[in-house]
Amino acid sequence: MNRDYLGEFEELILLTVAFMDGAAYGAAIHQDIRQRTGRSVQLSAVHIALYRLEEKKLVTSEIGGATAQRGGRRKRFFTITHEGRHILSEIRQVREQLWQLIPKMI
Amino acid sequence: MSSEQKPQPPRWVQRLLQYRLPTGLSEEVQGDLDELFDLWVDEFGIQKARWKYIGQVLGFLRPLPERKQSYIPRDVLPSSLLTTPSPITQISMFRNYFKIAFRNLTRNKGYSFINIGGLAIGMAVAMLIGLWIYDEVSFDRYHKNYDRIAQVVQNQTIDGRVQTWLGQAMQLGPAIESSYGNYFKHIVRTSWPGDHILKTGDKTLVKSGMYMEPGGPEMLSLVKIRGSMDGLKDPYSILLSETVAQAIFGDSDPIGRLIKIDNKMDVKVTGVYKDLPVNSTFANITFIAPWDLLISSENLKDKVGWGNSWFQTFVQVSDKVDMNQVSEKIKYVKRDNIKVDRDDLRFKPEMFLHPMSQWHLYSEFENGVSVGGKIRFIWLFGIIGAFVLILACINFMNLSTARSEKRAKEVGVRKVVGSERGQLISQFLGESLLVAFFALVIAILLVVLTLPLFNEIADKKISILWVSPWFWLSCIIFCLFTGLIAGSYPALYLSSFHPVKVLKGTFRVGRFAAAPRKVLVVLQFTVSVFLIVGTLVVFRQIQFVKDRPLGYDRNGLLTIPMKTQESHDHYNAFQNDLMNTRMVSSMAQSESAITNAWVTNGGFQWKGKDPGLQDEIVTVGVTHHFGKTVDWKIKSGRDFSEAFSTDSSGFILNEAAVKYMGFKQPLGEVVKAFGGQYTVIGVVKDMVTQSIYDPVRPTIFYIDTFKRLSLIDIKISPQANTSQAIDKIKMLFLKHNPATPFDYRFADEEFAAKYKEEERIGKLASIFATLAIFISCLGLFGLASFVAEQRTKEIGIRKVLGATVISLWQLLSREFVWLVLIAFIIATPLTWYFLNSWLQDYQYRTNIPGWIFAATGLGLLLITLLTVSFQAVKAALINPVKSLRNE
Repeated sequence: MNRDYLGEFEELILLTVAFMDGAAYGAAIHQDIRQRTGRSVQLSAVHIALYRLEEKKLVTSEIGGATAQRGGRRKRFFTITHEGRHILSEIRQVREQLWQLIPKMI
Repeated sequence: MSSEQKPQPPRWVQRLLQYRLPTGLSEEVQGDLDELFDLWVDEFGIQKARWKYIGQVLGFLRPLPERKQSYIPRDVLPSSLLTTPSPITQISMFRNYFKIAFRNLTRNKGYSFINIGGLAIGMAVAMLIGLWIYDEVSFDRYHKNYDRIAQVVQNQTIDGRVQTWLGQAMQLGPAIESSYGNYFKHIVRTSWPGDHILKTGDKTLVKSGMYMEPGGPEMLSLVKIRGSMDGLKDPYSILLSETVAQAIFGDSDPIGRLIKIDNKMDVKVTGVYKDLPVNSTFANITFIAPWDLLISSENLKDKVGWGNSWFQTFVQVSDKVDMNQVSEKIKYVKRDNIKVDRDDLRFKPEMFLHPMSQWHLYSEFENGVSVGGKIRFIWLFGIIGAFVLILACINFMNLSTARSEKRAKEVGVRKVVGSERGQLISQFLGESLLVAFFALVIAILLVVLTLPLFNEIADKKISILWVSPWFWLSCIIFCLFTGLIAGSYPALYLSSFHPVKVLKGTFRVGRFAAAPRKVLVVLQFTVSVFLIVGTLVVFRQIQFVKDRPLGYDRNGLLTIPMKTQESHDHYNAFQNDLMNTRMVSSMAQSESAITNAWVTNGGFQWKGKDPGLQDEIVTVGVTHHFGKTVDWKIKSGRDFSEAFSTDSSGFILNEAAVKYMGFKQPLGEVVKAFGGQYTVIGVVKDMVTQSIYDPVRPTIFYIDTFKRLSLIDIKISPQANTSQAIDKIKMLFLKHNPATPFDYRFADEEFAAKYKEEERIGKLASIFATLAIFISCLGLFGLASFVAEQRTKEIGIRKVLGATVISLWQLLSREFVWLVLIAFIIATPLTWYFLNSWLQDYQYRTNIPGWIFAATGLGLLLITLLTVSFQAVKAALINPVKSLRNE
């Protein structure tokens, strides 16, 4: 698999992880995407996407401390890596170029 | 909603999720879901939140991406995931286990020796006993029709007591055949096995054999080597066993050769069969002659009726018939067939079948019912074997647990490095299995070495079943069982140590850690007391029986069988020549030997006889000097004498007979017997002529006028040298009876044979008891040295503070003495109960005196003290500087 390839959903997740800046975890990302896009996403899809990203070394994760809210269960926090940022900016550049090429509609 | 419970997602869905998710993920995923659920509850209400929750969980049922091990952080990994390391790690762990096991064994050579040695001895004993039991249980299995062969046995009621006889009349076989023939495949009448002279050319041999009907060889599934097994149909034929054929004819073909039996019957060899194995009832049958020959040569057809139970009848039931049903059917076959001689009906004869599978182990009957027999010894030795093995296992467990405290640090380190309980358990179990395996190898070696000796004592021909898969299977199961049982306690106990405590040094074994060990020691000594006292009582019983007053003098007394006509004809000449040598002090002829008088007769009448009495009385036909030869003690009246011609119709009774017949003044009483009238001329003191354990039976001695004499009784003069006398007797016997092989039996040997079985059991039991005590002491020795070692520092401090060696010795020994005392108190009533019921089997029996228990207790205490003191004194003598200087 091409390491540089990112699916739309994965990109969305990666962007969310990036802006949340270390406070990203499954439920928070899920909630954010729902609120931001109105899409009803499967939590499993979020998790799978996160693990895939981690496998591609675009994010790293660590286990946080236990909190009282979740029945004492710990959260896994995801942080974007240097490679992650790099690939996001690459994608952005490509898009920017493409946007430049589109004839002005208005 | 403070008072209400917080809404929960459906339980079953949570379970489903937990089941589905890899363990490493469940925490974070469940946490996320719970968090979302709480949000949904606030936003949509409980119902909808639940549905959403379910939907989300279903989403996790899809295939999840493969996770790499390295990806899962160690801190969330449950330990079970850690136990599947790469194969290479596993192999090196195993190598490490082996290495540690061997290091432990070699570092503590003494303990290892005690451990492995004790277990090996225990296993060897159990193995020997196992082989012995196997041999006993497989008795007679050589015969292919084992399950379908039986002997016809009869119960007769004599004086209100039911007696069980194997002997049968020769009329029985045909009677069964004509009434119930369709139930049987074979009905075979035979004689009793007996020694007969086989003569061909210049070779004369005495061999034991049997007369048998033609169906016998097929029924017994004899294996043909030469000729045919059908030869017995010809009344002038003989079948020889392989060894007898070899002994008579060498390598030449024996088929068709002629043999003379007992110097009178000429027969032709028609077949040779493979020797029967030692563990067959028919093992001593080395030749088989035709039944018809016996009948015609002795002219038995006219002479013997239903009253003469002189023969045996064997049957093989048909394949589809139930043995018990047939046994029930033939119950009254004798009663229904007696036409003449109806006198025998008063004994109420009832027939039944005694199956071959019970001949060896269940051969004793009481009141017509089987009461066991050798099976008792199977149980006895089975229990002893189990005991000894248990003792060895207890040692092993004791020493291992004791040593385990030394290895607590190892366990701690292993746990810290990542071992978990299962691994430690398997490590320690594996170690004990390894030791058990060592012990097994040594045990097999021991068995190989001691088997010849064991065979000699047990009078067996047992060999290790090298090729039997069952033997190896049971060895391995045995080894696994012992290893697992012996290793389970240390394995489970050790692995439960808490690593932090062990390594911090605050680990205390606790007051009760030694309790199971103490229980085991008590158990061990209870068994030891039982075995010691048991052995002593068995020997006491044997000695008691040996010392029983016999009523005759067996020293220098011997008998020579008269097997041929010439030996009867030439007796007087032989006697004259022999008496002239002055090497014998007296000689006579008799019907039975004084050590084995089994002939009984009935039909006696006397004045004042109780009509209900059935008068089966032992009778012995003798010649005049018989009394002098056996040196019986006349109580009243006089011995037979040639001076009175009327003595040929005289009776000498023993005391039991006087009592039985109810005579107040026996001398001069007249008894009608043998178709004539006899006068009682004397009474002799009771003599032990039958079982040494039973009361003496009523016996009548008379001067034989019926040609029933079959033995020459000789008393060697006390002044003569026995072996010279035997040579002389042999020379003169052969001079007068050149065609009769010379054979003789000493009365004291015959007498010894009566308690041979008991003596053998006693000997074996004493060997096993000694081993059991040895094993117990070995364990105690190990345990004592461990305790002493553990308390080295304490002893050092006590010494510095002024304790004497004596007080230290007391300190270390006291505990063990207590244990022995407790064991003794537990064992005494149990042992007494069992031995007392064993002794009840013997009518003539010893008692169990208290001093046996006292002596055993003291002896055991002494052994314990010696064993423990060796270690205690050693520990007490150590210079305290040495034990206190380190640390």
